[in-house]
Amino acid sequence: MGLRCGIAVFPGTWSERDCAHAVELAGGEPVMLWHAERDLKGSDLVILPGGFAHGDYLRAGAIARFAPLMAAVEGHAAAGGPVLGICNGFQILCEAGLLPGALLRNSCLQFRCQSTHLRVETDASPFLSGLGVGRVLEIPISHGEGRYYAPPEQLAQLEAAGRVALRYCGPGGELGDAHNPNGSLHHIAGVLNAAGNVLGMMPHPERACEPLLGSADGLPLFQAALRQLARA
Amino acid sequence: MSPAPLTPTASELRELALTEAEYRRALDLLGRAPNRLELGMLGALWSEHCSYKTSRPLLSRLGSTGPQVVVGPGENAGVVDLGGDLLCCFKIESHNHPSAIEPVQGAATGVGGILRDVFAMGARPVAILDALRFGDLGDASQRHRFAKVVEGVGFYGNCVGVPTVGGETYFDPAYAGNCLVNAMCVGLARRDQLLHAVARGVGNPVLLVGADTGRDGIHGATFASVQLDEQAEGRRPAVQVGNPFLEKCLLEACLELAGHPAVIGLQDCGAAGLTSSCAEMAQRGGVGIALDLDKVARRESGMTPYEVMLSESQERMVLVVERGRESEVRAVFDRWELRSDVIGKVIADPELRLSSAGEEVARLPLEVLVDGFMPRHPPRSRPAEVAARLEADPLALEPRWPLEESWLRLLASPNCGDTAWIYRQYDHQVGDDTVAGPGGDAAVLRLRGRPDGLALTVDGAHRSAVLDPRRGTQLAVAEALRNLACAGAEPLALTNCLNFGDPDQEEVMWQLDEAVAGLAEAARELGVPVVSGNVSLYNDLSGAGIPPTPVVGMVGRVEQVRRSPGAAFSRSGDLVYLLGPEGAELGGSELQRLAQGEVLGPPPALDLGLELRVARAVAAAVGGAIARSAHDSSLGGRAVTLAESCVAGGLGAEVELPSPGPGSPRGWWWGVLFGETSGRYLLSVDPGSEAELVGICRREGAPHRLVGTVGGEAISIRGVVSIPLAAAAAARAGSLEGPMAAALT
Repeated sequence: MGLRCGIAVFPGTWSERDCAHAVELAGGEPVMLWHAERDLKGSDLVILPGGFAHGDYLRAGAIARFAPLMAAVEGHAAAGGPVLGICNGFQILCEAGLLPGALLRNSCLQFRCQSTHLRVETDASPFLSGLGVGRVLEIPISHGEGRYYAPPEQLAQLEAAGRVALRYCGPGGELGDAHNPNGSLHHIAGVLNAAGNVLGMMPHPERACEPLLGSADGLPLFQAALRQLARA
Repeated sequence: MSPAPLTPTASELRELALTEAEYRRALDLLGRAPNRLELGMLGALWSEHCSYKTSRPLLSRLGSTGPQVVVGPGENAGVVDLGGDLLCCFKIESHNHPSAIEPVQGAATGVGGILRDVFAMGARPVAILDALRFGDLGDASQRHRFAKVVEGVGFYGNCVGVPTVGGETYFDPAYAGNCLVNAMCVGLARRDQLLHAVARGVGNPVLLVGADTGRDGIHGATFASVQLDEQAEGRRPAVQVGNPFLEKCLLEACLELAGHPAVIGLQDCGAAGLTSSCAEMAQRGGVGIALDLDKVARRESGMTPYEVMLSESQERMVLVVERGRESEVRAVFDRWELRSDVIGKVIADPELRLSSAGEEVARLPLEVLVDGFMPRHPPRSRPAEVAARLEADPLALEPRWPLEESWLRLLASPNCGDTAWIYRQYDHQVGDDTVAGPGGDAAVLRLRGRPDGLALTVDGAHRSAVLDPRRGTQLAVAEALRNLACAGAEPLALTNCLNFGDPDQEEVMWQLDEAVAGLAEAARELGVPVVSGNVSLYNDLSGAGIPPTPVVGMVGRVEQVRRSPGAAFSRSGDLVYLLGPEGAELGGSELQRLAQGEVLGPPPALDLGLELRVARAVAAAVGGAIARSAHDSSLGGRAVTLAESCVAGGLGAEVELPSPGPGSPRGWWWGVLFGETSGRYLLSVDPGSEAELVGICRREGAPHRLVGTVGGEAISIRGVVSIPLAAAAAARAGSLEGPMAAALT
């Protein structure tokens, strides 16, 4: 029996099955967690998947953060348990205050679904340990509101603390506006909480777990977290 | 019964899209005068949109049988067997009129409607494809409409979480007044989860679930059955507003109930709302339905029974449930925070019986409501100028542009170029099954836990249909077949959307008749059953109708799913093979339309027997991983096909095409390079696999010829014309990006 990976399902979530598939490929055991229940069902790791929780009404993630399940997720995170927020899950984590900053409308004002390259900026997270700082991953995005924003002081603190997890880059790891699909500040694609156990990222690693679908670069994130949990 | 019967005026009848003859027929069949509500219901169900009264007599010609067919036309969507316990359910539908008035919501609700058709069958939607037509991109209003329709398709599909994996978009001034928005949805169902839109069991409750009923979309069905006119903007209230979040919840709840023993039938509320959904479910089950309209949850107060019955509010479904088990079913909707109400019950008398405030407000026998419409056989004739156009000899004309310029202009045409501007706004990956997404010949989806997969495509061919609607429709079917072959797939079945002008014009009726005949013939010859479809008539703004636009969606099966380069040349030194017929022609081609602004001469040649043989050879070569790339020739002819394979792979190529014989016409080379003869493909192959490719072609009887080699920085037709690879890439890349970027600044 693999480690339990709880996958949150809100009304409007749509990548829970994709995440379950990725978890299985990484050797974990997916278990669906219903938003209205305050129960992680013994999850060792929690994933907040992509979608449009509660229709993204008001603001992406603004309603989902009040779900009973989120109280349990906050408890899990506070106890050092790994939490991965993908796309809408990242937006929810920001709204819930588990991660700093906000995700604004893409600077192009359109939805973007395309392949992106991401540079790994730190290994101080269960999801990134062993991946190698500076490694470039090819993982797609699919969002209309993914422009990472934080006030200047907060951004400086994040950078100083090494909490920027992933940046949009070119195929060789080079940074530049041409490689930034949504106008994120500092090309930020993913950030960590202070302890490193909570990772939020706009790109979809669960869509990049098999060469058949174009890239397997997302799988190591799931594998890394499960490996670390298995050791603990 | 109240309210009292009425004698409608001519203008009231027109508003309901009813003729005086139809009104008299209603009097005859009912033996009394219908009241206003009843008349509104009759108008909606007897409209072209619901009854197919004009097209139905023609559509019976379409072959819809085959060992793989589980459900043919007549249900919400067609169903084919994928083997094991898996079924594939699919349909294409138009949302042209609403998109012309309100492009974002019109397109969005088009996607919403076709999704519901598929999950009403118990199938999980796994793919959306779209076929779009607009006027010239040089016109700011057309750019706006195009951008908004793309936004609407993306808005809905992205939010629901169903990938939009393919499509085709075409710009032609002929669509300036009437844009076309056709959306296709493909779903998967386990055999024991297949649902039907049927009411059975007297006393069983009828539930309405999902959105509250509002005043939106009233008369949508009749609106879609008349010409658009200059006042069409004022019909915006007839366009519905979509809520994809609600649809997503509805989808999940309905799929949880697929296979539930208490669910007897499920139907979406589409055109003509509750009237058509209840009437059709009851009719299929040989029963009737009684509704208490006071039980229908409303979005606003003061709605009349008339408005409730004809509302086309989106995201609503009707269920018939086994009596006594309502609470089991409603618990699922409750969990998804969806409203569900018992609004009526199944009755023995085959009629729709409506009450409100304790009084009966309408009572219509189903044989009148559903089957009482008057089949129409409008006169049809082939106009003389159609015959005259066919007489022209395009190759004898002086070419407008030199070969090189013609080639680059074609590559820069938004009809041939890169479509990333569109599909990067569509989530084409959610679901984690998209092996080949948009931008290629056919999309490929894997089937989880199985080696095989689905290949999907949607294709139209209006330029040739203008010249010859029969041949044009066949060319659309042939192109769909070729796109599947390039993915290594064998066709399973097709769905079609016939977009035409005003059928009361004799030419349009002739076009429709010819198109259906062509579709029937092509489907039969190519062995592809027609399992679902939609007819959209009256695409005619103030008398300026669209060209006949048959659109074909085809689903095929790939035996072994693998990642392949698709159309892209992948290695220098690979051999380039041309499969299919030779010859030079220009009739009905994109070059002709670009250069002359109209199409003339005979439409592209098509030999259905040859088409099938070559498609089989290509499917075998791709399926067996013998070909390293495969790309079919359609828009822009062989030269554009070659350039596309080069640009996609970042590699040049040099090919040799046969020189003209003595006495060849002036435009011969243009006809060789840019003619759109059906049945052609360019394949690249490793020199070591050449013998295998040739063996397959010989076995299948497919004409084949080694024409050149991959490599270099130029795309060249030896001794004739050459363009730099970079110039071709730039032309293609800018074809949509250029005009759309300019539009934003």
